[in-house]
Amino acid sequence: MDATDRAIINSLQGGFPICERPYQAAAEQLGIGEDELLARLKHLLDDKILTRFGPMYQIERMGGAFSLAAMRVPEADFERVAAIVNAMPEVAHNYQRQHSLNMWFVLATETPDGIASAIAKIEAATGNRVINVPKEREYFVGARFVA
Amino acid sequence: MSVFNIDVIDRAIVEATQGGLPLVPQPYHAVAERIGVPPEVVIHRLQAMQKRGIIRRIGAVPNHYALGYQANGMTVWDVLNDRADELGAMIGTLDFVTHCYRRPRRLPDWRYNLFAMVHGHDRTEVEAKAARIAEMLHPYCRAHTILYSTRILKKTGLRI
Repeated sequence: MDATDRAIINSLQGGFPICERPYQAAAEQLGIGEDELLARLKHLLDDKILTRFGPMYQIERMGGAFSLAAMRVPEADFERVAAIVNAMPEVAHNYQRQHSLNMWFVLATETPDGIASAIAKIEAATGNRVINVPKEREYFVGARFVA
Repeated sequence: MSVFNIDVIDRAIVEATQGGLPLVPQPYHAVAERIGVPPEVVIHRLQAMQKRGIIRRIGAVPNHYALGYQANGMTVWDVLNDRADELGAMIGTLDFVTHCYRRPRRLPDWRYNLFAMVHGHDRTEVEAKAARIAEMLHPYCRAHTILYSTRILKKTGLRI
């Protein structure tokens, strides 16, 4: 990564235009050519410095129901429970975390009832109680990573 | 999932672009060609989805591990209910906070109502950043902790 790559990453984490020649417009802002921007983006993606270049969708806004939930899983039983939770199509993400509530997962279902029934299924199949903490409010998020 | 309240054209656009935009001079034209609608339709629909907040932003999504952000901590805060929105809005503007939400308490198991995801090069940096949040929340915060992820068990992402 050189200074131009860093400038691309730092300035293009949003604001990419929706127009006929968006790469050309973005390249002009960076003081490079359209071809160069395209070639550098390709390298950054190939090298996995970028995971993606394009629209970040907020899927929740399109409908459906979402929640974050957690369980306190005994260490000895952790792999069995993880396998059950991971196998459920309603589970989008699942993380092990350092806390007495040591398994945290995101549920995504068609309706709010779907969240409740997924939780009931997980509780029945694993024998663990699920703590459900759905988002009540999201605050403005300004996240940018500096390269 | 086939659950979303969007029409077939928006859906086709989302499906064609959620993995990334084509790296060609006219990416929206390429998308239009792929899904069989005029380019103006793709441009107009994307603008409309951005306006409605369905598109959060358009641009580069860095692999934060590749940029050296190896540690991520879910910082959680027990703040006074009637201050939570004001404080959440403040924390959400910090450039190192990638998500900030209010969630319900589940007493006695879970006392924290404000969540802020913090990324850093290492845990020391995450802790320094959490200390900055703590300063901002003082005196309305009764307790906080940081939950580090030790393993990704599943990550399919939210896709349609």
